[in-house]
Amino acid sequence: MANPIAQFEIKPLVPLEFGGIDASLTNSGAFMVLTVVSITAFLVMGMRSRALVPGRWQSLAELSYEFVAGLLRDNVGSAGRTYFPFVFSIFMFILFANVLGLLPYSFTVTSHIIVTFAMAMAVFIMITVVAIARHGFKFISYFVPSGVPMAVLPLMVPIEIISYLSRPVSLSVRLFANMMAGHTMMKVFAGFIVPLGFFGVLPLGIDVLMVGFEFLVAFLQAYVFTVLTCLYLHDAIHLH
Amino acid sequence: MRILNSTIAISLAAVLGVNSAQAAGLPQLDPSTFSSQLIWLAITFITLYVLMAKVALPKIGDVLEERQRKIDDNLAKAEELKSQADAASVAYEKSLSEARAKAHDAIREVKDEALAEAHKRQSAQNAQLQAKISESEQAISKARDEALAGIKDVATDVATSAVEKLIGEAPKDGSVASAIEAALKDRA
Repeated sequence: MANPIAQFEIKPLVPLEFGGIDASLTNSGAFMVLTVVSITAFLVMGMRSRALVPGRWQSLAELSYEFVAGLLRDNVGSAGRTYFPFVFSIFMFILFANVLGLLPYSFTVTSHIIVTFAMAMAVFIMITVVAIARHGFKFISYFVPSGVPMAVLPLMVPIEIISYLSRPVSLSVRLFANMMAGHTMMKVFAGFIVPLGFFGVLPLGIDVLMVGFEFLVAFLQAYVFTVLTCLYLHDAIHLH
Repeated sequence: MRILNSTIAISLAAVLGVNSAQAAGLPQLDPSTFSSQLIWLAITFITLYVLMAKVALPKIGDVLEERQRKIDDNLAKAEELKSQADAASVAYEKSLSEARAKAHDAIREVKDEALAEAHKRQSAQNAQLQAKISESEQAISKARDEALAGIKDVATDVATSAVEKLIGEAPKDGSVASAIEAALKDRA
């Protein structure tokens, strides 16, 4: 049976090194480049005609724009407009990385914890910088919930701090685990198809369902990551 | 959901089984691949951000804005046309009622005129008829008088000839005439 985790292996394509640090273009890096190229092509080519009445492709490009803009407006408010390009980039990068990873023989960039963790840390650092830039020292009050008796504060403040610090962990692990589990499961069932002979139709059927399910997960995880980014931004801008 | 959970559990068990058998560990946990992934993630994500912020998003935003402006323009134009149509409809309504009033007046005028004319003609006709009637009445009474006078002559002649036949001789002219005169007087 094929190794279900072989699909996650990092293979160098173009060995590179900068100051003793490995910077090789790997299959992961190549798919990141493909992700960026696909997103840019999807949007720029879709908007090529700039039609007043959009065609199918232009509708999709506009839909993605309005979807993220709506998320940001509903969750953050008008103050969030400044961060729209960042939030939009996050959403599109994760969505396209997830969907491209569903193509056979491709590589899923977001199935690596280091990638999702780096993105989550980028969000975490950004919201912290935004909060401090907007509120200065008052940012500390974020960890002191209002309306709580003084006696419980020694318990509440550490909990608030831990929950704040665990944000990048939960963000990154959720995305990484979903991607890895789904892809592994598909591969496991795929590995059963041929050895089971005629009864291979069962795992085959499950895999057919799984493909549909994984498309849902691919979109859903990009959505969840983006919504949480928006909520954290809201907290950073409005402090509760 | 429970089925899904159990399949996840099975698959994870399978993964772990394969894993321990190979003792290689997950590729995700191999730190030697971290630097290249992070560097390429930084390069690609910053590129994506710049492309989105400078190229793609302004392009889409422009198109959406333009469409919104066009829609607003068209709505304003429609509003203006509607008010124009309303004004035209009011003016039409006004001129229609004016025309109706004018027509009403004209009809009444003509009717009054016709009525007066009819009255005039009727009275003229009446007078004429009255004159004719009185003329005819005069003619009738004259004719009756003439007829009555004729009757006296005829009666005298008849009486004379009757008396002549009866008694064999002609009476005196005056006697028959006076007798008839008397008889007529008695009748009358």
